[in-house]
Amino acid sequence: MILTTFKRITRTGFVSFWRNGFLSFAAIVVITLSLLTLGGLIFAGAFGRSLLEQVKSQVDINVYFALAAPEADILTLQQEVNSLAEVSTTTYISREQTMSDFQAKWKDNTLIMQGLQELGANPFPASLNIKAKDPGQYGGIARYLENKNPTDSSGTPIIDKINYEENKLVIDRLNRIIPTVEQTGTILAIVFALVAAIVIFNTIRLITYTVRDELAVMKLVGASNVYVRGPLVVAGIMYGVVSALITLVILAAAAYWSDALILRVAGVDVAQNFSFAINVFSRYFSTNFTELFSVIMGAGIILGGLSSYIAARRYLRV
Amino acid sequence: MIYYDKVSKVYPDKTVALEGVSFGIEPKEFVTIVGHSGAGKSTLLKLLIAEDWPTDGKVFFESADIHKLSKGQTAKLRRRIGTVFQDYRLIPTKTVYENIAFAMEASGRKDREIAADVPHVLELVDLGHKIWNFPRELSGGERQRVAIARAIVTQPDVIIADEPTGNLDPGNTYEIVRILKKINELGTTILLTTHNKGVVDTVGGRVITIEKGKVVRDDKEGKYIL
Repeated sequence: MILTTFKRITRTGFVSFWRNGFLSFAAIVVITLSLLTLGGLIFAGAFGRSLLEQVKSQVDINVYFALAAPEADILTLQQEVNSLAEVSTTTYISREQTMSDFQAKWKDNTLIMQGLQELGANPFPASLNIKAKDPGQYGGIARYLENKNPTDSSGTPIIDKINYEENKLVIDRLNRIIPTVEQTGTILAIVFALVAAIVIFNTIRLITYTVRDELAVMKLVGASNVYVRGPLVVAGIMYGVVSALITLVILAAAAYWSDALILRVAGVDVAQNFSFAINVFSRYFSTNFTELFSVIMGAGIILGGLSSYIAARRYLRV
Repeated sequence: MIYYDKVSKVYPDKTVALEGVSFGIEPKEFVTIVGHSGAGKSTLLKLLIAEDWPTDGKVFFESADIHKLSKGQTAKLRRRIGTVFQDYRLIPTKTVYENIAFAMEASGRKDREIAADVPHVLELVDLGHKIWNFPRELSGGERQRVAIARAIVTQPDVIIADEPTGNLDPGNTYEIVRILKKINELGTTILLTTHNKGVVDTVGGRVITIEKGKVVRDDKEGKYIL
């Protein structure tokens, strides 16, 4: 009996979805627009996050060592720093490496190359590049190194300079801006999601209002609430499913199109300096497809079905 | 079978629709309720299917107080009462077949039973050829016959018809009355409201006259007297 009821309700829902073609179309347009807002929000969030990540990863501190510091001591220090919970990565650049990098960079400038030759010895110190997991942690890492003040076997400090103070201003600003940006993003997301939900609910409420007389008749010929409400919920879910599919197609198209647009507008600069921005949307779309699909489809189905369920309630009192 | 016990109904705008109305209806009776527009006829029927609530008094169906039933019990009661409305109240997005099948589906009949009974009942009201039409494609008389088919297809104990001929021409009116009489002869109790003298005289049987919310006459073999 339950199976029969379910079958009849589903069939009636499908049929009324199809026969009320114009209403269904109107509902799908509105729900698609709302879901697109939601999808746009998810994309904007992803773009913002990847932008922030990029900015965060640009921030680092360099520890410059004394010219005489033994490499073994530096490597020991690197291991210690690496073991700190706040540290993401460290890169050791030896004196020779710094020298050859410098030479490669200035090899066409005879004046500089001559000066370097006259110096005779390698004037460049070894350095350790440290990236923290979070920009807020650089202060702590710098203090840790200053307090530790490692020395070689003869008691001479091996650290010459830490450039934290020079980067402090930028780091502090980022620390203030990033949480604000993240909070604003979250609030915006909630507001837009709420607006989308309200728009969908009201659309379905209007559609339900147009069929209120039919609902009353169904009740008066002895149909139970399940029988009256069920087909509406099925149709509501159908609106959601169709809208979600359309939304996903539009989002995919928009993702690939905006990637192409970014490349064309920003050109070579993007490719060189902001490589993360290449195909950021399409990459996000394909790697997070399952999640996007679940969110958009889930929102469509839940909002469509639940709105119908709630909207029908006031007309079931007959 | 049906009993109105000192029923009064005052609408929120202070209109008194019924005032201390009491009468009973026996099984298989054909009762016609007459009265001017606004006399309270429709309210009486609405109270019987719990579409409306009395301000005072009770309405019984068999031993059950209709207005104390749960939602589920109300739905079951309505399946035992077939209702025909003056404005037909067919579902516009359903075909004739689906409109009638819906009443059967709602009362939990089997698909096989529905497929057999719907065409049969449509033949009974002479609409077998319009089975796949939508209500908008039918004339007033045809729509009312579909409404009657919907009311009788679940083989209810009672049929209530609220001014079923109100929007029909004399030919169709006579046809509807003829169908209702036939249904009554097959054993179904009928409660009909009308202000059409011709209808009352054709039906014969018991006539209850209502004026300004009160029962003023109750005649076993009534005629239209107002």
